Amino acid sequence: MSPLIEARGLVRVYQVRRGLFGRPIPVRAVDGVSLTVMPGETLGIVGESGSGKSTLGRMLLGVDDAQEGEVLFEGRPMPAMNTAEWRALRAKMQLVYQDPLAALDRRLTIAVQIGEPLEIHDLLPKEQRASHVAELMAAVGLRSDQADRYPHELSGGQRQRAVIARALASRPRLLVCDEPVSALDVSIQAQVVNMMRDLQEEHRIAMVFISHDLKVVRNIADRVAVMYLGRIVEEASSDVLFKAPQHPYTQALVSSVPVPGQLLEGRVILQGEPPNPANRPAGCAFHPRCPIARDICRSAVPQLRRISEGRAAACHVVAGEPVQAEA
Amino acid sequence: MDKNSAAGSRLVELRDLRVAFDGVQVLHGINLDVAKGEALGLVGESGCGKSVTWLAALGLLPGKAMVSGSVKLDGQELAGGPRSVLESVRGGRIAMIFQDPSSSLNPVLRIGRQIVEALAVHRSLRGEAARAEALRLLDMVGIPDARRRFDLYPHEFSGGQCQRLMIAMALAGEPDLLVADEPTTALDATIQAQILDLLIRLRKETGMATVFISHDLGAVSQVCERVCVMYAGRIVEEGSVADLFAAPRHPYTRGLFDAIPRLDGGRERLIPIPGTVPNPKHLPKGCSFSPRCPRAEDGCREARPPLLALDNGRKLACFNPVPPVAKTAVRIVEEALA
Repeated sequence: MSPLIEARGLVRVYQVRRGLFGRPIPVRAVDGVSLTVMPGETLGIVGESGSGKSTLGRMLLGVDDAQEGEVLFEGRPMPAMNTAEWRALRAKMQLVYQDPLAALDRRLTIAVQIGEPLEIHDLLPKEQRASHVAELMAAVGLRSDQADRYPHELSGGQRQRAVIARALASRPRLLVCDEPVSALDVSIQAQVVNMMRDLQEEHRIAMVFISHDLKVVRNIADRVAVMYLGRIVEEASSDVLFKAPQHPYTQALVSSVPVPGQLLEGRVILQGEPPNPANRPAGCAFHPRCPIARDICRSAVPQLRRISEGRAAACHVVAGEPVQAEA
Repeated sequence: MDKNSAAGSRLVELRDLRVAFDGVQVLHGINLDVAKGEALGLVGESGCGKSVTWLAALGLLPGKAMVSGSVKLDGQELAGGPRSVLESVRGGRIAMIFQDPSSSLNPVLRIGRQIVEALAVHRSLRGEAARAEALRLLDMVGIPDARRRFDLYPHEFSGGQCQRLMIAMALAGEPDLLVADEPTTALDATIQAQILDLLIRLRKETGMATVFISHDLGAVSQVCERVCVMYAGRIVEEGSVADLFAAPRHPYTRGLFDAIPRLDGGRERLIPIPGTVPNPKHLPKGCSFSPRCPRAEDGCREARPPLLALDNGRKLACFNPVPPVAKTAVRIVEEALA
């Protein structure tokens, strides 16, 4: 089976100014990321703010273009943004954001908004659109009497359902979800996550699920990539990664998740600040916060290497030594 | 100070605290005590009245809110009292920090000056003394290199550091109680762990009581000794963290626990609580939770269960509570069926 979407060596550089008259500094938000997503697979991307995970998600859709590297969708290079080919392709790949209120138009009813992609991409004859919208609403768990409601009349969970219904309207092959449930209460979050899993399994949609919430990612993703300062530092199946994280950063992330009934004492609390992409440390970007950093980590950038079947890490200590890599 | 000798006695007493907005009642008679030096957690979904309880107690709600009931600090009545009484308490004896620190800091003032200002208001410190104390507070909350960063603006700090700055300002008045309203919700997991760690350490060092408002039961269990679970403007369950987490009795509390995705274990379906928090304008008849409750019986839809005391300080408002069994029973059954 060939991958649905494949990214090769993606790089995104922003120019950031310090102060009003400061000299622009290039910031590498995404710094050489390669990944693949198979049809029907869910790839989780985790990392702190500033790790470049949202930028990466936008680059996969071609909304942010890459300065280096390329994205292949169904084996073909992504057409340039705003061309007719790109727009046609966008029907097959949709984006879901964290804040549904910002993603919805306050002046349109949700049924109209859910039907919009059908109109934009001219997907269904007019007379069939209403019934398809009704099906979509039922699929995401919205009641038919909510069709004529405006976004502000719905709860946060219902709004996110409406956004997801709209994303599904064009029957996409790929859904990129950027923190889709982070703003919801746990009780409602569980409803939406279950719904997304069901829809995905039913329609075999591939998903890139971007989140800082490891617990949610654990329960929705097949495979997980951990990002730190624009690079993937560890990648493995969700089952393996959370059970036995190898990269010290992944270990710290897993350890920082509060578990009800367990005290903080004895857990690894990562010291130091979240990374600032404008001020990238030399060598391994994680070394200033790393408990096991050695001399080599301060000078040489570790490459993402295969450490065992279906598992890769970018760390001199756990994946650097040839002896270990071969074992 | 007599802080230690009086440990265990009541610092804050809320009695029958009620709040209504435009005639719609959102808080239905809250009774709550905070002991000196205690760490109390307040949990529940958004819209259950966790924040409103403390905003009302401190007189921070907008004028259209109708507040009734009694709020006592060391036996002194605050509710309905003159403005001057509340103003001496707020930020002084009781400090509050919020979810979004950057919106509580003045963006055009240097952070050193903001903390010095708080010290001037609450402790009448001026000049060098104020500056020295501000630096001590910044050190205490873990701002690295505080001396050099004293004259920076809030935007030059990260989100986690802004929360530390807020905590430093809250400490400026040497409060007896710190009310922390979702202080870590907007932060990354690693930074969240640092801030929780800081709150625990500060409470140990200063002996101040903490009220920790959060929807994250995991975070609450790390910071708090006692928990109140709120639903639709009422307390529905109360108890020590150890008891309540070992065996939640209210089906709502139980639902909150079950809904937390787990990091250990397989890639599982999550267990949601069906439905949503009711609109305060149209509260269901009987128990407010009954429409979402898997254990609701006919009686639950008719009458509202009162909050009754059980043993060892636990309280519960439920006609048909979860039997006191091992907390993972539902999971075990599900795994067996899967």
